Amino acid sequence: MTRRLLFAAALLLSAATALANPHEKTLANGLRVIVQEDRRAPTVVHMVWYRAGSMDEVDGTSGVAHVLEHMMFKGTKTLKQGEFNKRVAAAGGRDNAFTSLDYTAYFQQVPSARLGEMMSLEADRMANLVLDAKEFEQEIRVVMEERRLRTEDNPQAQVHEKQMAAAFQAHPYRRPIIGWMNDLENMTAADARDWYRRWYAPNNAYVIVIGDVDKDAVFRLAERHYGRIPSRALPGRKPQLEPAQVGIKRLVVKAPAKLPYLSMVWKVPALRDLNKEREPYALEVLAAVLDGHEGARFARNLVRGTRVAVSAGAGYDATVRGEALFSVAGTPAEGRTVNDLEAALRAEIARVANEGVSAGELERVKTQTIAAQVYKRDSMMAQALEIGRLEAAGIRWRDIDTLLDKIRSVTAEEVQAVARKYFGDATLTVAVLDPQPLPQPSPSGAAQKSVPTARH
Amino acid sequence: MKKLLLAVLLAMVATLAQGGAKIEHWTAPSGAQVYFVESRVVPIVDIQIDFAAGGAYAPEDKAGLAGLTHGLLDTGAGELDEEKIADRLADIGARLGGSVDQDRASISLRSLSSAREREAALELMRLVLQQPMFPAAALEREKARSIAGIREADTRPGSIAAKRFAAALYPGHPYGRLPTVESVEKITRDDLLAFYRAHYGARRAVVSIIGDLGRAEAEAIAQRLTADLPDAPAGAGLPDTAMPARNTQRVEHPATQAHIHLGLPAVRRGDPDYYALLTGNYILGGGGFVSRLMKEVREKRGYAYSVYSHFQPLQQPGPFQIGLQTKREQASDALKVVEEVLAEFLARGPSEDELKAARRNLADGFPLRIDSNRKLLDHIAVIGFYGLPLNYLDDFPRRIEAVTIAEIRAAFQRHIKPEHLVTVIVAGD
Repeated sequence: MTRRLLFAAALLLSAATALANPHEKTLANGLRVIVQEDRRAPTVVHMVWYRAGSMDEVDGTSGVAHVLEHMMFKGTKTLKQGEFNKRVAAAGGRDNAFTSLDYTAYFQQVPSARLGEMMSLEADRMANLVLDAKEFEQEIRVVMEERRLRTEDNPQAQVHEKQMAAAFQAHPYRRPIIGWMNDLENMTAADARDWYRRWYAPNNAYVIVIGDVDKDAVFRLAERHYGRIPSRALPGRKPQLEPAQVGIKRLVVKAPAKLPYLSMVWKVPALRDLNKEREPYALEVLAAVLDGHEGARFARNLVRGTRVAVSAGAGYDATVRGEALFSVAGTPAEGRTVNDLEAALRAEIARVANEGVSAGELERVKTQTIAAQVYKRDSMMAQALEIGRLEAAGIRWRDIDTLLDKIRSVTAEEVQAVARKYFGDATLTVAVLDPQPLPQPSPSGAAQKSVPTARH
Repeated sequence: MKKLLLAVLLAMVATLAQGGAKIEHWTAPSGAQVYFVESRVVPIVDIQIDFAAGGAYAPEDKAGLAGLTHGLLDTGAGELDEEKIADRLADIGARLGGSVDQDRASISLRSLSSAREREAALELMRLVLQQPMFPAAALEREKARSIAGIREADTRPGSIAAKRFAAALYPGHPYGRLPTVESVEKITRDDLLAFYRAHYGARRAVVSIIGDLGRAEAEAIAQRLTADLPDAPAGAGLPDTAMPARNTQRVEHPATQAHIHLGLPAVRRGDPDYYALLTGNYILGGGGFVSRLMKEVREKRGYAYSVYSHFQPLQQPGPFQIGLQTKREQASDALKVVEEVLAEFLARGPSEDELKAARRNLADGFPLRIDSNRKLLDHIAVIGFYGLPLNYLDDFPRRIEAVTIAEIRAAFQRHIKPEHLVTVIVAGD
């Protein structure tokens, strides 16, 4: 039954992609424009992606990619501070931006008639950003608050940040995207300005438009707004490859919390050549066999079966610019330790290595992959993000179908082979959260002044 | 074959580009209310069933019962144990999910619309709704997981603030009762069965369906999913809320940032002031980067990454809430700014320019609220559950355009009375 489904769904998919196929044009300045017509509603999503993320930073100015993302909303030669958001809002739109290890991206969702204005705004800040020192002083404080919110007061985020710093010694993935607090405290407007001049060029960017648009009209708009921005020579990018890890690394993070937490990451290959390599697809399938759905092995065996965990997950992203990790993480159940959980998680991977996976498991993973791809078509945003992320990793939107075909072609033997090959101790980094009790509130203080029903 | 499919899909795309969403409504023979939108653009079907079975319906000493009852539905049903249910869903690529808030317990299904997958998915949803087994072993496990989650949440400043805020807004009312370790420990399998039988009835159910199917199919599906539910009465609704006296609560915590909430019980679903409150709130703190709170707290002073205000209309007056996080040393300064912005807005309301800008965003941006099946489903479910008019979505832009400054000021003064304003500060110096 599952095979029949796969076939039918795959047919539907390819038919749908054939008609809603993205179209692409490269402007003379090197800017690539990717358009997908989707006429279901009179709206459009417009994104600009820059191939500059935190991995392109250097020591001392960690976090500058993200700080610049914040500063991009501050004003240009012709646009006053705050005006960018106002214009988007006045067009009935929503906008935001995000920075990752690999890229920085900006987007607006607007009624489709307003696409031209959005392009005008994005093109303006691609070329004419004004980095005012006073504005910078305010905004860097906002970023520090963001770091406090996301990282300083979040024990699991602390574990992940310190784990990356331990797993990588040479590769830039060791630095957190948001930046070290001390680097933020010492960052200047000049640092952000340098970053902007270095990376914000049309030949380091691509535009994605999905929605109720005509592709030729979009290409004309793109030409008009982005076409006049000159291309620039981009700095060389050094590979900064991580030397081989030759032994297990372990670290402990103490933070106020109740439950312990365990995170394990292994160094594994990323996808570089989608037609020659097989292992990354097998690793994707392995991650899904362990944690792809409610019936997958971790939930079935560790959360419901032996109940060693209250939660457990696995993850692998093959499409990255830098180094790839296979991660496994979880929280032990009450009365069980992180050591129990570590042993149980390792045993699950060992079982795949020793016994392989069943045909049924493999089919389920493939079915999930296909269904997810169909469901994605309900959201223009999700489709734009998929294209954007793949392109950032150097994989073209044209290859999305190939990627799916490859996942579907993975065999049980290939999954077993990667489970055998990549999960030794030598390339493993284990990070543990050691929960610390919260200090008791002082009995004399203003605390606990409360209404009768208040708790705690 | 491929060519044919392509032609069919092309035809669908052409038709769907034309009109907006037409919501059809009927009462199923079971007594369930049904809301349906045909949308052929993607080969999927989404179904959501909302029961008047949210957290507020749990007995006073059993907070957490609504969530556990909902969470246990798919841990065994009919002849199927939870592993079989999980496997069958995975076999067809379907997703069974849901959520519980104060008023509603929602069960949702997303499936491919092809006949066999849809049929198998519906049968699983039917079993889970109509023949849940509530296995004792699964209950013990889920109670333990829930308790672990509560213990962890009780160490986090954001969770502590949210919990304390709810309790302070709704003293003695079920909206203020959130699960505790003690309340969850007390819950038994008999409690789950009783709660299920009393609250998961067809007359307490609203079925929302959107996707690649026709009216006749939707009618059959709605009846099938609700025909054999427990015979629970429609119910008398929730008790009235009382307004809290103005007060401030401080909770010590070692975090680097203070978490601050201000608010009060404010507005019911269906309140005639809704459009004025929504428009006013966009200007005050709902409109992302262009709101007054964002400008004063974040952009001018760098006090916070996130600051917002928000109305959550519920069956009984749901909360108005302002929230922010700021370095603990500057908590008082940031709170002062927030209080000034709110007081000024209550006293004078928005300017003409602000109102114009809000209209442009809310009215012109309306299509963004309904440009996917998922978004539409959320709206339909709210319209159905709270009995909002069927033309709610069509009417929305016009109603926003009609809001005046005087109406906003009057609505805010009616719904936000400073003498009832509660403030909670966790980890502030």
